[in-house]
Amino acid sequence: MRRRLAGIAILGLLALTSAACGGGGGAGSSAEPAAGPATITMWTRAATQAQSERLVKAYNSSHKNQVKLTVIPTDNYQPRIAAAAGAKQLPDVFAADVIFVPNYTAQGLFLDITDRIAALPFKDKLAPSHMKLGTMDGRRYTLPHTLDLSVWFWNKDLYQKAGLDPEKGPKTLKEFAQQATTIQDKLGKDGKVHGTFFGGNCGGCYVFTFWPSVWAAGGQVMNPEGTTSLNDRPPMTEVFTIWRELYDKKATGPTAKEEQGPTWTGFFPKGEIGVMPMPSTTLGLMPKDMKIGVTPIAGPDGGESTFVGGDSIGISSTTKNADAAWDFLSWTMSEDAQVEVMAKNKDVLARTDLAGNKYSAEDPRVVLINSLVAKGQTPFAPRFGQTFNDPQGPWLRLAREAMFGDASKLPQLNAEITKSLQQ
Amino acid sequence: MTLTLTRAGRRAAHGAPPARWRGKKVQGWLYAAPTAVIVGVLFVVPLVLVVWMSLNRWPLLGPAHFNAPDNYARIADNPLFLDAVLFTLKYTAITTVLLSSVALGLALLVQERRPGVGFFRTAFFLPGAVGFAAAALLFYGMLNNDFGPVDPMLRALGITHEPVKWIGTPNMALFSTIALVLWRFAGFNMLILLTGLQAIPVEVYEAARSDGAGRRQIFTRITLPLLRPTLALMLILSVTGSLLAFDQFFIFTNGGPDNSTVSMVMVVYRDAFFRFDLGGAAALSVVLLVGLVGLNALMMRRLR
Repeated sequence: MRRRLAGIAILGLLALTSAACGGGGGAGSSAEPAAGPATITMWTRAATQAQSERLVKAYNSSHKNQVKLTVIPTDNYQPRIAAAAGAKQLPDVFAADVIFVPNYTAQGLFLDITDRIAALPFKDKLAPSHMKLGTMDGRRYTLPHTLDLSVWFWNKDLYQKAGLDPEKGPKTLKEFAQQATTIQDKLGKDGKVHGTFFGGNCGGCYVFTFWPSVWAAGGQVMNPEGTTSLNDRPPMTEVFTIWRELYDKKATGPTAKEEQGPTWTGFFPKGEIGVMPMPSTTLGLMPKDMKIGVTPIAGPDGGESTFVGGDSIGISSTTKNADAAWDFLSWTMSEDAQVEVMAKNKDVLARTDLAGNKYSAEDPRVVLINSLVAKGQTPFAPRFGQTFNDPQGPWLRLAREAMFGDASKLPQLNAEITKSLQQ
Repeated sequence: MTLTLTRAGRRAAHGAPPARWRGKKVQGWLYAAPTAVIVGVLFVVPLVLVVWMSLNRWPLLGPAHFNAPDNYARIADNPLFLDAVLFTLKYTAITTVLLSSVALGLALLVQERRPGVGFFRTAFFLPGAVGFAAAALLFYGMLNNDFGPVDPMLRALGITHEPVKWIGTPNMALFSTIALVLWRFAGFNMLILLTGLQAIPVEVYEAARSDGAGRRQIFTRITLPLLRPTLALMLILSVTGSLLAFDQFFIFTNGGPDNSTVSMVMVVYRDAFFRFDLGGAAALSVVLLVGLVGLNALMMRRLR
């Protein structure tokens, strides 16, 4: 206890001392010009490590200024940011899961870069969902860093073995369920192959993979202000029912209920899953010889949508290298970085005007994923993380009751979500 | 007391302490200074700061605002913390009883010098050399239903037929965690008890035996009473450690399933680093600290 208390208190102590010592710096310090080549520090989470590393490597090899990248385990990222902010030890630049950005902005962690963004010639072509979440009271604080979209992957070899058309993925959630059930019935007898899979004990997995079906059906999960939850009514309840039937039929694999998140994408590349929602960033990491179909997530009866996830990146409000930091940030949005670094590795682009490029044209699946950026949504809520991602938050309880427990508790648990959103 | 009176008498006689005494006094302060500085900087100052934080709305960046007693008043409305208090007490009670019993059993097994006893002492203590976070990850991997080796082994031996959901139900999650804690700490506690056992003079046992005492009588009338101070130390360490449980639940069960294994420190951590409510987390820490100090004082009084 003492150590934990001390940890929390030292954080406060550091905050106090650095506030006392740095009185002369203030907000103006951010505009200090860098004399000679500068080295800026950057943090990113492990989930988007590959993309960040590629960008930093390309930037460092072509610029005098250098970026020193630190990768932090995804589960620890938010606490590390919080501790660093409290101690005024934030790096010059840090990426963050896009859904946490409104909260970070409200906490004052990012520098206002409205004027700098306004000067970019392609300012209107930046991924709209990411830009929306990085805007507060008309001021802009972040740029898109990586885009990670939820889509359905299907295993063409398993489809063929199960007698399904390997070139025809599901167009509705009901078709998805039928195809998963067929795979389970035909190939699942030995217990290795399963129709589908989902992260049943992982709040972030549920929102990333289930909510697009709600949006595709024309529904919403929250009010636009992100202060009222709408997760106790159709189409959300209909989506839960379809998935619950799949679980009850044992088409989802026995461990889906316990899956906490770290390994939920690990089963598809092993060839053990017929069809499941996956993050688009994993497409480039799939085994080379695996035949994978990609299709947008649909609602129960059709439509298509996606959860536009990934990271946004901003300059920390405590930096003393704002110009050098902006030089790096603006370069990551350039055609050179977007096409030659991101597109070359099958990543989704942060600029909609570059979606059709020489690399994406080689793979129609990448074109499809890029085209979803404009159709998908990124839900906005200032209290998103503590409500939906936190394992102790109220959303995971609701989702688990809906999937495995007593669905009649949904209205009461939905009220808990609203309460958390309004804290 | 005599010495103090004598010193006081001397001071009264001569008006001021002689230079030799003053030198000794300064020397004493100098010896104590490094520890005093460490205790001051690493404990007293943070403690005062935590109490001050708990009386304020304390944002990540920017000035704090005094809001006492809001942070404390909100604790009553925090069902997660109240549930965590009950869960942590339950976990502490079960763990302490089991850990004491297992550690005492192991200590009695390896108490006497016999051929090969060194091997067993080392084997029992060895898990204590594994970092606790690493041990929690190890159990997570070993008991994982997808890739862990324990399930296939149990099935191959015909002990189970279905995958065992080690952390899939509230009770299984609790008992799997207790198994982890026993594996990790039983050896260390055995070592503490072993020092206590070996401090009991052999003559006492011999005298008891010559008086015709049986093994059971020796255990209840000799071993346990003479082991009382060591047992008290072990109990205090175990109770304090269990009430502050964090790593095992944070890494192994992640508080699940369905918030059934959320410990008090996990709630503090969540409030500080996920909800950015530093003032609220500080208030919970202060409450926890006061409870812990009170409980330890009570235990020390009862076990002395």
